[in-house]
Amino acid sequence: MQHVSPIREPLVTGGKTYHDITEDVCRQVEAKPNVRWAAALAVALVGLAIFIYSVYRTLWYGIGEWGLNKTVGWAWDITNFVWWVGIGHAGTLISAILLLFRQKWRTSINRAAEAMTIFAVICAAMFPVLHMGRPWLAYWVLPLPNTFGSLWVNFNSPLLWDVFAISTYFSVSLVFWYIGLIPDFATIRDRATGPIARRAYAVLSFGWTGSAKAWSRYETVSLILAGLATPLVLSVHTIVSMDFATSVIPGWHTTIFPPYFVAGAIFSGFAMVLTLMIITRKVFFLEHYITLEHVESMNKVIILTGSIVGVAYTTEFFIAWYSGVEYEQYAFINRAFGPYWWAYWSMMTCNVITPQLFWFRKIRRSLTATFIISIFVNIGMWFERFVIIVTSLHRDYLPSSWAMFSPTMIDIGVYVGTIGLFFTLFLLFTKFFPVVNMAEVKSILKSSSEVNAHHGKAATMHATDKDLNSNTHRNE
Amino acid sequence: MQDRIKYWKGIEELENAPEFEKHAHNEFPEFLPVNELEGGESSNGKTRRRDFLKLLGFSMAAVSLASCEAPVRKAIPYLNKPVDVEPGVANWYASTFYLNGDYNSILVKTREGRPIKIEPNPSSGLTPLGTSPKAQGSLMGLYDNNRLRFPLIAGKEAKWEDVDKQIKSRLANVSGKVAFVSSTIISPSTKRLIDEFGSRFGNFEHVTYDANSASALLQANGGVIPGYDFSKANIIVGINADFLGTWVAPVPFAKQYIQTRKVDADNPSMSRHYQFETMLSLTGSNADVRVPIKPSEEAAFVTALHNAVTGQGASSGSAADAKVMAAVVKDLQANRGKALVVCGSNDPGIQAMVKAINTALGAEGTTIDTAAPYFVKQGNDAAMIRLIEEMNAGSVGAVFFFNANPAYNHPLAARVVSGLKKVGLKVSFADRVEETAKFADFVTPDHHYLESWNDFEPKRGYISLSQPVISPIFTTRQMQDSLLVWSDQQTNFYEYMRNNWRSVASGDFNKFWEKAVHDGVLENGTSMLQVSTSTATASTSVRKIQPAGVEAVLYEKVSIGTGEMINNPWLQELPDPVSKATWGNYVAVPRLMAEEMQVVQGDVLKVTFANNESIELPALIQPGQANGTVAIAMGYGRDLEAMPVANGLGANAYPIATVADNAVLYTSGVKLEKTNATSPIAQTQTHHTIMDRIVVQENTLAKYKENPKEVTKYIRLATHEGPAKPATISLWDDYEYKNHHWGMVIDLNSCIGCGSCTMSCNVENNIPVVGKAEVLNRREMHWMRIDRYYSAKEHEEKDYAEMEHPADNPSVIFQPMLCQHCNHAPCETVCPVAATMHSSEGINQMVYNRCVGTRYCANNCPYKVRRFNWFAYANNDKFGFNETMNNDLGKMVLNPDVTVRTRGVMEKCSFCVQRVQLGKLEAKRENRRPQDGDIVTACAQSCPTEAIVFGDMKNPESRISKILARQQGERAFHVLEELNTQPNVTYLTKIRNLA
Repeated sequence: MQHVSPIREPLVTGGKTYHDITEDVCRQVEAKPNVRWAAALAVALVGLAIFIYSVYRTLWYGIGEWGLNKTVGWAWDITNFVWWVGIGHAGTLISAILLLFRQKWRTSINRAAEAMTIFAVICAAMFPVLHMGRPWLAYWVLPLPNTFGSLWVNFNSPLLWDVFAISTYFSVSLVFWYIGLIPDFATIRDRATGPIARRAYAVLSFGWTGSAKAWSRYETVSLILAGLATPLVLSVHTIVSMDFATSVIPGWHTTIFPPYFVAGAIFSGFAMVLTLMIITRKVFFLEHYITLEHVESMNKVIILTGSIVGVAYTTEFFIAWYSGVEYEQYAFINRAFGPYWWAYWSMMTCNVITPQLFWFRKIRRSLTATFIISIFVNIGMWFERFVIIVTSLHRDYLPSSWAMFSPTMIDIGVYVGTIGLFFTLFLLFTKFFPVVNMAEVKSILKSSSEVNAHHGKAATMHATDKDLNSNTHRNE
Repeated sequence: MQDRIKYWKGIEELENAPEFEKHAHNEFPEFLPVNELEGGESSNGKTRRRDFLKLLGFSMAAVSLASCEAPVRKAIPYLNKPVDVEPGVANWYASTFYLNGDYNSILVKTREGRPIKIEPNPSSGLTPLGTSPKAQGSLMGLYDNNRLRFPLIAGKEAKWEDVDKQIKSRLANVSGKVAFVSSTIISPSTKRLIDEFGSRFGNFEHVTYDANSASALLQANGGVIPGYDFSKANIIVGINADFLGTWVAPVPFAKQYIQTRKVDADNPSMSRHYQFETMLSLTGSNADVRVPIKPSEEAAFVTALHNAVTGQGASSGSAADAKVMAAVVKDLQANRGKALVVCGSNDPGIQAMVKAINTALGAEGTTIDTAAPYFVKQGNDAAMIRLIEEMNAGSVGAVFFFNANPAYNHPLAARVVSGLKKVGLKVSFADRVEETAKFADFVTPDHHYLESWNDFEPKRGYISLSQPVISPIFTTRQMQDSLLVWSDQQTNFYEYMRNNWRSVASGDFNKFWEKAVHDGVLENGTSMLQVSTSTATASTSVRKIQPAGVEAVLYEKVSIGTGEMINNPWLQELPDPVSKATWGNYVAVPRLMAEEMQVVQGDVLKVTFANNESIELPALIQPGQANGTVAIAMGYGRDLEAMPVANGLGANAYPIATVADNAVLYTSGVKLEKTNATSPIAQTQTHHTIMDRIVVQENTLAKYKENPKEVTKYIRLATHEGPAKPATISLWDDYEYKNHHWGMVIDLNSCIGCGSCTMSCNVENNIPVVGKAEVLNRREMHWMRIDRYYSAKEHEEKDYAEMEHPADNPSVIFQPMLCQHCNHAPCETVCPVAATMHSSEGINQMVYNRCVGTRYCANNCPYKVRRFNWFAYANNDKFGFNETMNNDLGKMVLNPDVTVRTRGVMEKCSFCVQRVQLGKLEAKRENRRPQDGDIVTACAQSCPTEAIVFGDMKNPESRISKILARQQGERAFHVLEELNTQPNVTYLTKIRNLA
């Protein structure tokens, strides 16, 4: 039993009972598709179509369909890759690290955040394959025994580390997410009326019985997976950053990259979670589960990581000056004042300035403001990767090779297309899977839910002795 | 005799069991028991489930395997192997490339009967070292699909017999003058043949004209070009003469020029080169002192120089800065007998004055070999102009055009066209229907020079030969053979030429001839060429050019020349050495003028010529261009079916050339107007200054003489033990080279930036041409490029915005840049599949088969020398102009030793690994070690100035080892040494002899 401070805001509002939770969460799974959901899916499918077309052009004609050139060998492809991987950080962070730190507020958002992680990593993983000149040989980056004369991969290459990091992260996240889903699938299975739904959810729930033993194992596995996933949250973006940090290109060759990338990833991940949650809670009427309290907590994480990122940007400049390396100095001056100044200043505005508004409690608790700022952060973090990749490459060592990069329609199509893919997956998820972890929310209901108004007490206060929903020990 | 030993298939055969006999005739006795009844099972006659699955599995596998089979391509082997042709072994034949003054004695490398590479002929005294880019590119002309495949009568396909019959009958009845119009012919036998051919007619004239004429130079020097020898000159003054790029005989001149430009600590002396010119030419880029002058100031300048040097006349004012002028005069006077002044003007008065200057300087007999003049330009402007008037007057009965296209490239092109209509018989020997051949009654296509016998005498006493290296691809016929047929001679040109050579032979003729053909050159002082020396001597009176509006000059682009080889995709994509622009011409505008007109690069300008015709071309801001002038390259603006590669590129700027007093001037006033259109210029380099980085190093001769150890800046890293050489601080283990360690030294003092190495590399390594759109996308594939940097305008330290702008009259430095074959290569560590790795001989290797195309290596290459195959460039209709890979004829030029790369893989300089391997194998076969010089990369081989030396750094006796030993700590440096990439390519600091 734990102690909950009487002045702490409740995590579940509206005086929900266990049954209410089940009803609220299962509603959209069991009911007919919501019109707004269907409209959103239609838009997402258009995005998916754009993705398929752009990928077809890329695969059929070659990478030349993109705007890359002899000087800028990566641009939107790897920008998108890092951006999506970054977004894919929040889910596991929320479920793993917050689980270890016993942050109960995570329970209502971890499911959707983990789903987002998985879909974002799927989008991200497209790019390392798509950006290859010969993607049909992508399996050569795996250390598979082969008949090509004992050819082996190059373990020195950070790209290879990426392969391991991303695939490990993806599998652990997927397992973690799925394990969490099992009890909820069982709930839906038990409630299902149609034969197809019953059979499907029966299969998905792996025959969950809900016995005490099962629950005990469930919690142990969750804890173990959280332990496994926690270092991964830090390692994935660390390794992604090494693609750049281990190179010799000024603007890439920077030792600050690993922590800076991890902070940036959490920053962008939380922003994306907010963007999605604010919409989802509205569309599926989950305001009582995903409360302003949650939004505010995430906004606090955003201020923290946004400030870390801001400090990192400044540090890069300082080190460039302090190192005395002319190439490094030029790379950073060129970022801020060169031909791509607009990308740099977009990044600075979106990532460093806008999140600072969250110091104001009012803004932090305003859904509209949060939504807008979360979009800003998403844009800013995309620009951050663009700035790092393109502005470093386009003017590196020999001025003779300096060049500009401009994207083609196919570049844009692939990027917009992955957003379409992401939302298609996410919308399908929200329709067919429980978006809130019912089982875990129920576990905090007694300790941290709001008293129903008709019980007589002010809604803002926490449970009193009279309240059946509370089992908190308290001496009054 | 015992019977053959019998082996049984098994015990059943030995026993001869009935069961065995039943199946003995079956090769595979155990069939899948489908539909077969066996034992008591499945008595219902149906296939059993397992058998069905077996069969299903087998057929699936069989079908999918069958579909995997690659289509069979038939290769037909030699039924009777020709002598000397070994499949896989190359043969070399001596030959000669000559086009509009560009003379190269060459060796043609052939594989299985196909010429695949042009290499310099080391036996030649004139051009033993390298070739011009045009000579390299001329190979593609042989495999040009757009050449005429048959003769034409009135534009229709015809048979040679019909052509001959008709031409002969029409020649028999010709009335009026018979004219043979050609560009300069330096073939003694051809000239004789033409004269003999003409002797049958009462009124015959062989009119020679050059699209870029040196008529005035010839006039001032008695019909020949003085035997300039730049190697003997301490002071060189060039006046609008691009003698390293396009003027007269650039390849021999470059070889001479560079002899006095190479320095080392033992011999720290070099010539000083002043250049006064309107546009920034390749030659001007190499000058120690360069002064921009307008064409209208040229006369005054030459007069001033003349007066100052000879001491005659009043010292008149000159456009050039008085200080520079004083320095030039002082230097010239101090170096009498060791000075040379050359001028590209086509004004006879100016050329006469230049001759007087050279005479006064005692150049004749020293820096001008009076006994051995050049014959590479013989065009007579006056004669051509006269002929055009005669044609218009109707007094010309027949005209032949050989390597001459006056309807396109003569200033009076319109008069040529109108005149042609009045000529009874017009015959063109053009290899395709070009502007003049369009009007011809007969087009009797000549062979490509690689299909022809010919002789050449570019300079008195230097004779060379060309020989066919492939049998004619199309039903073309050599011009000389046509003339022989039409004059009813029973011989062919080969015999004719041999007969002609008997006069200079000594000893057994067959032996003499064989040796001459084998060597390709005959340089024992005999001369065979007759040139007309009956030109009127020019007076030194100078015509005043009145500056009219914007002064425009017409110039030859180094790769395109006067436009004969415009349909050559290789040459189109070879960047201009100075502007780095490819695929088309443009208006080179000085910065000041552009700012006045508010024009930025790529804005289309309307250029109105003196004759009120106008063209539209994009502007290119050209530093070094004299203010108030523009320059436009000739050769472009073609709209012909037979030139698909060049169609739609640029515009025809020939109207800049004007006729005055029977001479062609390549400059005139034009009107410039800004239009609203823009048209991007495809440049391979768009950033032009060095940004104060020490990636390329230069210093002055004075400093070098003072202390050769201080001319190069060596990067040192700060450590706690004091400054250290970057290579001494390393995370990596060094490679150990046990056998060879290949390396390259590039002398920046010797590199003139001509681009021969780039061209040669393209040909040797099957590098695709990607076209204008892809060059604009910055995706050209050149493995070897020449970086050209202009000095920046004056700026504060670290004022990055300012230093991006080139100075208005910049000093220029060229830096050939290729894979540096780093010993600690950044590319090698980042490839996830180890597709690029280090060889045991120091070569950074690219394994195309293994490459998956992540481009990480290219990103991590600090030298940006890696090239990615963005598209499939071979067998792709979108890249049809890349003729070397997209049609069966063009593909014959491919080097069979080098893979054609597929889409999606990275490629880069391999140090010509195919040549390295060949050299090692040859040595191994002869049971010796490869000797220095056995193995030469294509770039080093083609360099006319020996700027590139390739060799084994493990061999202490090799040239490269000796150069490195001598230059270590003086001029030898590595680019970006501080990165500790430890390149195997070393550069030598450029030394300028500043006044």
